[in-house]
Amino acid sequence: MCLAVPALIVELHADQMALVDLDGIQKLISIELVENAKVGDYVIVHVGHALAVIDPEEAAETLAIFAELKSFNESELGGTASL
Amino acid sequence: MKYVDEFRDSGLAKNIASKVKAEIDPLREYSFMEFCGGHTHAISRFGLIDLLPSNVSLIHGPGCPVCVLPIGRIDMAIQVALDHQGHVILCTYSDVMRIPASNGLSLQKAKARGADVRTVYSPLDALQLAIANPDREVIFLAIGFETTTPTTALTLQKAKKQGVHNFTVLCNHVLTPAAMHAIFGKNAAELVSSKVDGVIGPAHVSIIIGTTPYQAFVDQCHKPVVIAGFEPLDVMQAVQMLIKQVNAGRVVLENEFTRAVSEQGNLIAQKSMAEVFELRAEFEWRGLGSIPNSALKLNEAHKAFDAEERFKLFYKKVLDNKACECGAILRGEKRPEDCKIFGTLCTPENPIGSCMVSSEGACAAHFAYGRFRDIPITKG
Repeated sequence: MCLAVPALIVELHADQMALVDLDGIQKLISIELVENAKVGDYVIVHVGHALAVIDPEEAAETLAIFAELKSFNESELGGTASL
Repeated sequence: MKYVDEFRDSGLAKNIASKVKAEIDPLREYSFMEFCGGHTHAISRFGLIDLLPSNVSLIHGPGCPVCVLPIGRIDMAIQVALDHQGHVILCTYSDVMRIPASNGLSLQKAKARGADVRTVYSPLDALQLAIANPDREVIFLAIGFETTTPTTALTLQKAKKQGVHNFTVLCNHVLTPAAMHAIFGKNAAELVSSKVDGVIGPAHVSIIIGTTPYQAFVDQCHKPVVIAGFEPLDVMQAVQMLIKQVNAGRVVLENEFTRAVSEQGNLIAQKSMAEVFELRAEFEWRGLGSIPNSALKLNEAHKAFDAEERFKLFYKKVLDNKACECGAILRGEKRPEDCKIFGTLCTPENPIGSCMVSSEGACAAHFAYGRFRDIPITKG
């Protein structure tokens, strides 16, 4: 039930609606719950509403933490990529 | 897909797994509860349990709104749809359609008997249906945790503003922190709370409510919480963060899902919910019993849009099927494979218990992705 997907805003429409694109599938959703959402933002969409704008910097930082772990493990394993 | 594919990278998942292996104490057992069905589904679908050491176990929690909705609440919807055939259009999310109710009925079977029951993607679709059918009564059967609640609130505000008087909501919205306290609080069953070392906190619920409400849980129930996204790498990272806390003897609230969850949450959503809903004195949860202040109903200003008021609907408690272990599974006391009717009498095609209905239910997830583990490996 709490399923929600990250989709790209491609057009802003009247009445706080927006057209979003998810891998080629386009749908009109409400952006009433997210302030200042703009074209090019990725929003988390749930039952026809955007719940949040994904913060690209935070996403990159989280991925960097995963990458840090990788280098940590590689050095620990003597640089081998036997993972 | 951006923000999906990179959080499902198998190489990175193995990396985090090796880091977990390096960090754990092999002499102790670790047990964490994933509160949400979204996490349960990810853990099963991506086989995360196979990436974790054998002394780390994950226990499924009650965070699946379809699973925790008691039979009596579905009975109310079926009753109003059947009693007012030709007049009422009952709309709900697809997951709700197959929940088994009394007398062998479900909303899907009520539809087969002539009730006008329809699946909608969004509550706004139900409102549109009401506008398009001014001579019919449209009831939206609303379920869900805080992720879904603000969308119902916004829809009700629109209905009121536009004067759509043939639209009502049968509200079953429930609250996450209340359920977490019920499982681990001072009146909770010792069994689970003593076994669980920490909790993987909800992803999308937390977008709405923020991280702050979990602090009281951490303080009162003394369990670490790591809020995590629903992608497999998020879950792996959260497990690693929980293990670190346990090893260091720390009990704090941490947030792994920083790309979408803030401390304060979504204030617009919180405002909308506060304007439309008020707390129910108590609400019955399947498996957890009646929990005070754990669900929402429409407030006085929106009473005219409350289906329970307009159609005089009353909740009647109904006992679950005796053979079904959904209650114990939702409390984390049992696993799907412990249930006698799992996979035999109770299947996703013909669910007996609610945990087999939604893909987020513990039984449905295990049925789809985990049954091979129940078969012993034999030689030759």
